[in-house]
Amino acid sequence: MKTLTQELQNEGMARRQFLRYAGTGAAVMAGVLTMASCSKDHAASVVNDHVDLGSGDIAILNYAYALEQLEAAFYTQVAATPYSNQSTYEKALLTDIRDHEVAHREFFKAALGGNAIPGLTPNFSSINFSDRTSVLGAAKAFEDLGVSAYNGAGYMIKDVNYLALAGKIVSVEARHASLIRNLIAPGSFADSTVIDANGLDGAKSPQQVVPIANTYLSGKKILAPALGIY
Amino acid sequence: MNLFNVIDEIQQVDPEFQDRMSPRRDAIKNITSFGSKVAVAALPFAFSTLFKRAYGQTTSSVNDVLNFALTLEYLEAYFYNQGLAQANLIPAADKGYFTTVAGHENAHVAFLKSVLGSAAVTSPSFDLTAKGTFADVLTNYNTYLAVAETFEDTGVRAYKGQAGNLLGNQVVLTAALQIHAVEARHASAIRYLRASKGVNIKPWISGSATVSNDTGIAAVNASYAGENNVMQGGVDITTLNAVSGKTTITAAIEAFDEPLDKASVLAIVSPFIKS
Repeated sequence: MKTLTQELQNEGMARRQFLRYAGTGAAVMAGVLTMASCSKDHAASVVNDHVDLGSGDIAILNYAYALEQLEAAFYTQVAATPYSNQSTYEKALLTDIRDHEVAHREFFKAALGGNAIPGLTPNFSSINFSDRTSVLGAAKAFEDLGVSAYNGAGYMIKDVNYLALAGKIVSVEARHASLIRNLIAPGSFADSTVIDANGLDGAKSPQQVVPIANTYLSGKKILAPALGIY
Repeated sequence: MNLFNVIDEIQQVDPEFQDRMSPRRDAIKNITSFGSKVAVAALPFAFSTLFKRAYGQTTSSVNDVLNFALTLEYLEAYFYNQGLAQANLIPAADKGYFTTVAGHENAHVAFLKSVLGSAAVTSPSFDLTAKGTFADVLTNYNTYLAVAETFEDTGVRAYKGQAGNLLGNQVVLTAALQIHAVEARHASAIRYLRASKGVNIKPWISGSATVSNDTGIAAVNASYAGENNVMQGGVDITTLNAVSGKTTITAAIEAFDEPLDKASVLAIVSPFIKS
C-alpha cells in the first residue's frame, strides 16, 4: 500500500522531472506554475454559464484569487469614492488595505499564469459607497469571510509552499478584519460574534463561501465541480 | 482509547479519510476486519501508524507542534492575566481590549491542553521583564503595550511557521489556522491601540528595504527579522501592477506576513522563561 507521503514524494519527483525537461521556458514562471504538469489538477476554464475554478491545488488558488479579486475591486471603489466625512486616518488605512488586496490579486494572477480564472465582474449594487456604515459593514463582511475561507480551505492544499503562501496572506486579512471592526466599534476586533468559546476564528468550507461570493458577482458565477460546488 | 470511535469521528470531519488511508478505498473498507487482526494491546501503536499513513505525520510530531503552541499560549495568557491584575497599569478605557485578548489566550491554553490530554506540557514559570530588558513592563503602560505587540506579532509568525508540519491534517491544521487568525486580530488591535497613543505604527507590519522591524524598538529586532521580504513564491511583489504604477515596497511588505521557525521563536521567548 502506497502511503500518502510516498504519493506526495512521487508527485514532487514528477514535477521536478517536468521542470528539468521544460528547461527555462517562459511557461515555468517562478516555479509556481509547476502544478500545470500534474494531470490531477485541471486548469480553470469558462464553461457555458460559469467560471470553473479547476481542481486540486489550482482550484484552491483560483478560489483565493476569486475572493481577492472581489476584495481588491471593493477597496479600489472605496478609495476612489470616499464616503462622507472620512477622516485622513481612515483614508490612509483604507488605501493601505486596497494596496494589499490588489497585491494579493496580482500575486495570484501571476502565480496561476495560464491556469488563472479570468477577471470577474463584481456587483456591489447592495453597497452605498457614500455611506460609512454601509462601506465598513461590507468591509467587515468581506474580511471575516476571507479569513474563514482561508482557514477552512487550508487543509485542502497539497503543496506545502502554497500552504505557506496562504498563511502569509490570511493573517494580513485577519489584521484588516480587526481594524475594520475597531473602526466600526472600538474593541469589537475579535468579539464573540466571530471567535468561538475555544478562542478559534471562523473556518468556512468553499461550499459555504462560494455562494456568498457569487452574490457579489454580475455575469458569470464561479463554480468548482471538483470541490463539490455545482 | 476506542479505535473504532476515533476512526468514525475522523470520518465525520474528514470524508476523504478512507482515501487517505489507502489509494484503494476497498482495501480498508471494513475497519472491523482490520481491527480483528490487531491485538488490543497494540491498538495505540496501530492508530499511530494509521495516522502517519493518513496524513504523513506521526502523532508525536503533531503533539510537538501543539506543545510548542501551548508553551507560547501559556506565556501570553500569563502576560495578560498579570497585566489585568495590576491595579494601575491598564487604563479603564482600554481594559475591554485586554479582557478580550486575555480571554482568548486562556481559551487557547484550555483548548490545547484538552487536545493534548496527558501529553500536554506543564507551564514554565515566566519573567515578563525578560531578564530586565523590559524592567517596567508591569508598571509602565507604554512598555506593556510594546511587549504585547511583540508577543502577538511573534505569535502570528510562530503559528505560521508550523503550518507546514500539519499539512493536510484537517482537524489540527484548521484549529491552528483558526488560532493563528485570532493572534493576528490581536496584533492588529494592539497596534491600533498603540497608534491611538501617538505611536507611529500601523495595524499591519510595515517596513522598508532596510527596515524589517517597524516598532522602533531595537530589543525586539529578532521578532521582525525578515518581515521586509518582498519575494513570494518566486515572484517579486514590487514588479506587480498596483492601482497606479507598480506595487510599492511598503505595500509588498505589508501585504504578506512572514513565518518564523521554531528555533527562532524559542530564542525570542527564552529570556521570558525563568524555568
